[in-house]
Amino acid sequence: MTTFASEFKKMAGRYTADLTHRAFIKKALSGYYQKRDDSKASFQSWQGARDLAAETKYEAVNHLDRYLVEFAEKIEARGAKIFWAPSAREARDYILGVARENGVRSIIKSKTMTSEEIHLNDALEKEGYGVFESDLGEYIVQLRKEPPYHLVFPAMHLTRGQISDLFQKELGSAPTDSPEELTMIARRVMRRKYCEADMGISGANFAVAETGMISITENEGNARLTTSLPRIHVAILGIEKVLPRLEDLALFLPMLATAGAGQQMTCYNTMYGGPRQPGEIDGPEQMHVVLLDNRRTELLADAEQRDTLGCIRCGACLNVCPIFKNVGGYSYGTTYQGPIGSVITPHLRGLQDWKHLSAASSLCGACTEACPVKIDLHHHLLQNRRNAAAAKPVMIEKISFLGFAWLMSHPSIYHLAAKLGRVFQPLHPIVNGTFLDPLIAWTRSRAFPNLAPTSFHEQWKKSRK
Amino acid sequence: MSDGKTIILNRIREALRENPAPRPHASHTSSDQEETPRDHTPREWLPKVGERLDEQIDLFARQSEGLKTEFHRCGTMEDARAILSVLVAEGAWKKIATHTTPDTSALLEKNRAEILKTDTGYQIDDLESCDAGITGCECLVAQTGAILVSAPSAGGRALSVLPPHHIIIARTSQMVPDLTAALELAKERYGNKFPSFLSFITGPSRTGDIERILVLGAHGPKRLTVLLLED
Repeated sequence: MTTFASEFKKMAGRYTADLTHRAFIKKALSGYYQKRDDSKASFQSWQGARDLAAETKYEAVNHLDRYLVEFAEKIEARGAKIFWAPSAREARDYILGVARENGVRSIIKSKTMTSEEIHLNDALEKEGYGVFESDLGEYIVQLRKEPPYHLVFPAMHLTRGQISDLFQKELGSAPTDSPEELTMIARRVMRRKYCEADMGISGANFAVAETGMISITENEGNARLTTSLPRIHVAILGIEKVLPRLEDLALFLPMLATAGAGQQMTCYNTMYGGPRQPGEIDGPEQMHVVLLDNRRTELLADAEQRDTLGCIRCGACLNVCPIFKNVGGYSYGTTYQGPIGSVITPHLRGLQDWKHLSAASSLCGACTEACPVKIDLHHHLLQNRRNAAAAKPVMIEKISFLGFAWLMSHPSIYHLAAKLGRVFQPLHPIVNGTFLDPLIAWTRSRAFPNLAPTSFHEQWKKSRK
Repeated sequence: MSDGKTIILNRIREALRENPAPRPHASHTSSDQEETPRDHTPREWLPKVGERLDEQIDLFARQSEGLKTEFHRCGTMEDARAILSVLVAEGAWKKIATHTTPDTSALLEKNRAEILKTDTGYQIDDLESCDAGITGCECLVAQTGAILVSAPSAGGRALSVLPPHHIIIARTSQMVPDLTAALELAKERYGNKFPSFLSFITGPSRTGDIERILVLGAHGPKRLTVLLLED
C-alpha cells in the first residue's frame, strides 16, 4: 500500500468517527441545498442550461489550441504579458522573477486554487516575500497554516469559537462569537495590506477568447481590491479556463453562482482585459497572465475523460458527495477534494499513487447529477479503477476473482460450498473479530448476517414439486 | 530548447489529434432529433424577464430587496438629492469620492461634505478615507439585479469598491433585461476598445466564510445604494 493510500485510510477513519465534525459539516451545507434549489428553480430550464454549458465547454476544450491562441493574442495586444507554463516549477519561477525584477516587497493574493496546486505561497515565502491571503476563508486557514478544506469554502470546518481563538492569538483581537465582528477584524487588517502591497496575485474563473479578458467571480470584493490597487497584477489560470465568446459568460456566471453557493449571481463578476489602458486613471501598470498546463494535457489526451477539463471548480460535487461529507476535505490529501479531485488527481499526480480515491466512492452518481457542465464523474471513477487494475494488476484480487468465477460456473461446487457455509457458520463466533477471522475486513465494524437455513435453489426445487 | 508556448500547443495538438471525445448528449427531450444544444441561447434557459420597462424595473427592485441593495426610484434629481442628504447626515459623512458626469455633479450640487474627484487620479489612502463613493454605470440588469460598471463609467477600478458605501446613479433608459443584453451593449459601445475593467456588481460585498453565515461588507462596500432617475 502506498503512503498516500494509507494516509487517506487513517485520516478517513479518524474523520468518519468524529460525529461532531460530521454534524457540523452537514449543518453548514444544509442552507446551501435550499438556496441552490431555489436558484435552479428560477431558471426556465436548469437541464437546458446544463446541456448548453456542456456543449460550450466541449467546443472550447476540443479546440483548445485555437481558443488559447486567440485569447493570448487579444490580451497581449492590450498590453498584458502572457507566460505559458508547461509545469508548476516554470510557473513559480516566472512569478518569482517578476517579483524580483520589480523590487516587490509585499504581495496580496485573492483566492486561487491553481496557486495552491503549484504551492506558490511556499515558494514566495522561501524567497522572503510576505504573502497575504485576502479571501476571509483563505486568510483564516493561512493563519492556521492549513491548506483549504474545501475548494470553494476553505474554512467551512471551523467554528466561530476556533476562529475567535485564532484571531486572539495571531492578531491580538478581543474574543467574540459574532461572525460579523470576526469578519470586520479581518477587514481592518486586510485594508492596510491592499494599500501597501505592490503585487496582487489572483486566479481566474474564465478566460474569454473573443475579447481577450479574464473573468473573476467573488463575493467579498477582495479580488477587486487585489487587482486594482497594487502596481502589478499576476493572474494564474489553468489552460482549460478558456471560453470562446463573451456571451458565454451570460450562461456561466449564473450557473457558477447557483451550483457553487446557491446564489443567482455572485456579488462581483469582473472582467479584466489588460493592465491600465491609456486614458484610465487607475489599475496596475503591469498585468501578467500565467497559463498553466501542469499535466492538464494528459487529461486532454484521454478522450474518455476529456470532459473533466470543462470543470468550473464550483464545488457542487463535493457538497452532495456522501464520501466528502463523512471523510471531510483533509482526508483526500489533494488540492482538489471530492469527486472531481478523485477523478483528476490520478492524472495530475500519478494513477498508482492516487487510485485509492477512485475506490472511495459509493458510485451513487450524485456528483454527476450535480455537475453544471455534466462531467460524467462517477463513470470516470470506474474508469480509473479499470485503468489502474489493467496497468498494475493486484495478485490477490486476480486470484480471488478467478476463484469466484470458477465457483459461480460450477453449480454443484457452489451448492456444496453453500451447505458447508451453513455447517461452519455456527463456529464463526469463536474467531469473530480476531486476526484468524477470514471476514475481518467486514466484521471489524459490522455483524456478519446469518446464512438462510434453506437456499433459494432449494426452496425453488421444493415448490416446483 | 523550445519555449513554453510551443511545448504546450504541441502537447494540445498531439492530445487532440487521434481521439475524438464523445459529444455530450442532451438530457432535455425534444421532438426534433436533429436539434443540438448549440441551437439554443442562454436566454431560453435562464430566468425569464418581462419585455416592458416597468416589468423590468419591478424585477430589478425585487432582486435588489433579496440582495440587500438599497434601491430608490427618484422622480426628479431633487428627490435623489434628498436621499443623499439623509445618508450624509445619518452617517455623518465628512468626505465623498466621485468622478465627474452630468448626473454625479447634479446630485452633489448642494452637498456640504468634502469631495474627492478621481478624474485625474488619486492617492490610495485619500480614497480609502472617504465615507462613500458615488459613480455612474453602464447599465442595470433586471434579470439578476446586477449593475454593470466599467473603468470609464465608474471613475476607474477602485472608486466603486474601496469606500464603505457605494452609491450608483442611473437612468431608466439604462435598464436592460438580462446578462446577454448587458454584454451585447458593452460590445456595441466599445467594439475592440474595451476598458481594462468591467464588473457586474450584484449587491453589497458579502461573505459566508464563517459557519456559512451571511455577513455584509467583507472587503468591499457594506452598503450599496442605487438611485434610479427617469430620463
